[in-house]
Amino acid sequence: MALTKAEMAEHLFLEVGLNKREAKEFVDAYFEVVREALERGEQVKLSGFGNFDLRLKNQRPGRNPKTGEEIPISARRVVTFRPGQKLKVRVEGYAGSRE
Amino acid sequence: MTKSELIDALARRQTHLAFGDVELAVKSVIEQMSHALAHGERIEVRGFGSFALHYRPPRMGRNPKTGEPVALPGKHVPHFKPGKELRERVNQSLDSTDNP
Repeated sequence: MALTKAEMAEHLFLEVGLNKREAKEFVDAYFEVVREALERGEQVKLSGFGNFDLRLKNQRPGRNPKTGEEIPISARRVVTFRPGQKLKVRVEGYAGSRE
Repeated sequence: MTKSELIDALARRQTHLAFGDVELAVKSVIEQMSHALAHGERIEVRGFGSFALHYRPPRMGRNPKTGEPVALPGKHVPHFKPGKELRERVNQSLDSTDNP
């Protein structure tokens, strides 16, 4: 089972008291606002959770895994997530299945 | 963008919601996500990305002050994999804005 937007909206309905439509719209808007910030090149820092950082990657050689043909992987900007101290500590102790 | 700037941006966008509700809702989403990961549950948001735990096996570390070896137990760390839409939008905006 995984946490999804539908489940997040359900929590907002039950805990914050938004109606179902507001809750669904809120969750969509939440991830859209974060995406827009990253799109503008802005780092997003959610204290207690972690930071979404942007990194520039230079062009590097790659290969088409099917044909073995060499194709350069173009320079690009990528999002990385750095978990905050609080989240790291909460997750470290998880003793379940090892991935 | 910080958490409070995210709250402000959402309050400007969802004008029918009271500011206090937006604050509570942002904190609730963050707590739900932390709680899920703390319990080994994945998070999947289409167009944004997914979070999962990765396992780091036990290893021998060193006390940086004394140089003494210390056994470090295995642990889980959060991992984020950006979704297709986020990857494309973050990279496209690079072509149009920063790379004239």
